[in-house]
Amino acid sequence: MILECKDLTKTYRGYLALSNINLQIDGGHIIGLLGPNGSGKTTLLKLIAGLLSPASGSISIQGNPVGPASKNLISYLPDHFYLDHHRKVAEIIRFFDDFYEDFESERAYDMLAKLNINPNQKLKSFSKGTKEKVHLILAMSRRAKLYLLDEPIAGVDPAARDYILQTILSNYEETASILISTHLISDIENILDEVIFLQNGKIHTHALVDELRQESHKSIDDLFREVFRC
Amino acid sequence: MTWNLNSDRPIFIQIIEKIQVDIISGFYKSGDKLPSVRELAQEASVNPNTMQKALSELERTGLVYSQRTSGRFITEDTTMIDQLKSKLAKEIVTEFWDNMQKLGFQKEETISLLAKTIEIEETTTKGESNDDTGM
Repeated sequence: MILECKDLTKTYRGYLALSNINLQIDGGHIIGLLGPNGSGKTTLLKLIAGLLSPASGSISIQGNPVGPASKNLISYLPDHFYLDHHRKVAEIIRFFDDFYEDFESERAYDMLAKLNINPNQKLKSFSKGTKEKVHLILAMSRRAKLYLLDEPIAGVDPAARDYILQTILSNYEETASILISTHLISDIENILDEVIFLQNGKIHTHALVDELRQESHKSIDDLFREVFRC
Repeated sequence: MTWNLNSDRPIFIQIIEKIQVDIISGFYKSGDKLPSVRELAQEASVNPNTMQKALSELERTGLVYSQRTSGRFITEDTTMIDQLKSKLAKEIVTEFWDNMQKLGFQKEETISLLAKTIEIEETTTKGESNDDTGM
């Protein structure tokens, strides 16, 4: 098992962001983390990445508690830009190469070339969508066991989205798992094999995507709209 | 090759159907080796686990068999492929006939309309191919 969360609860100054999350994820799966705004998706990813500490409960990543060992196994893509905008992409790649043992520069350069991104340009000169692509390429160029992708394709055009999904499919090892939070369900649902619906900080559904389709005769996108109708 | 998968039906079932059609149509021939799970998954833009599930199911029905070290192959049992072909054809015809009945068509009307449509299709496609060669 790659990830196990037990009775995970997180509060922000009394506000209950996640309550009693119990979650098990095996290796080799791509899981969609879906839920309306404020349902706790980012909070859950940050807890697993070790950027937040839970109020109670525990998380283990391949048997390790959250800490240096677990962080070596996790490649986390936050939902905001965090890289120094004054750096060239090539400089950032060198930095990643120094910093992460499992980072493969060659793969990063390969993906940059396929998406026509010039590595000698500074990050600040790129559009929002291209910056997103660079961030995702860096996250996927690590040989991690667990990828946590928070809204990886929101600002990317539909054509590039397809390439990025292909990239995700071809760049994870068979034993690794990917947890993707997104609102673009119809774009990604075909590459998922499991889905988690979060609602008000609780797991509403955690199931195999094809089983949900078979039961409901609906796409995950339609099902989501039905479950979370305002 | 395009896959055209819809999201409102289980993906693995659609993959099974697609590979069945590829076998019947001769895209994959009896005894051919199938690409690897990973290659097929990438081509179809689906999760490798989903592709694996579809191929296991095809294996269970016998249409595909695996050799432990060298991969998956299309069955050499051509009768099985022929049977599948008639089964799928029958399904399509039954569905068509159901729909025609819903529209209020009788047997004779349906058959003559079908024959006429096929004739028109044939002449137009012939015309098009003639235009192509004339270019």
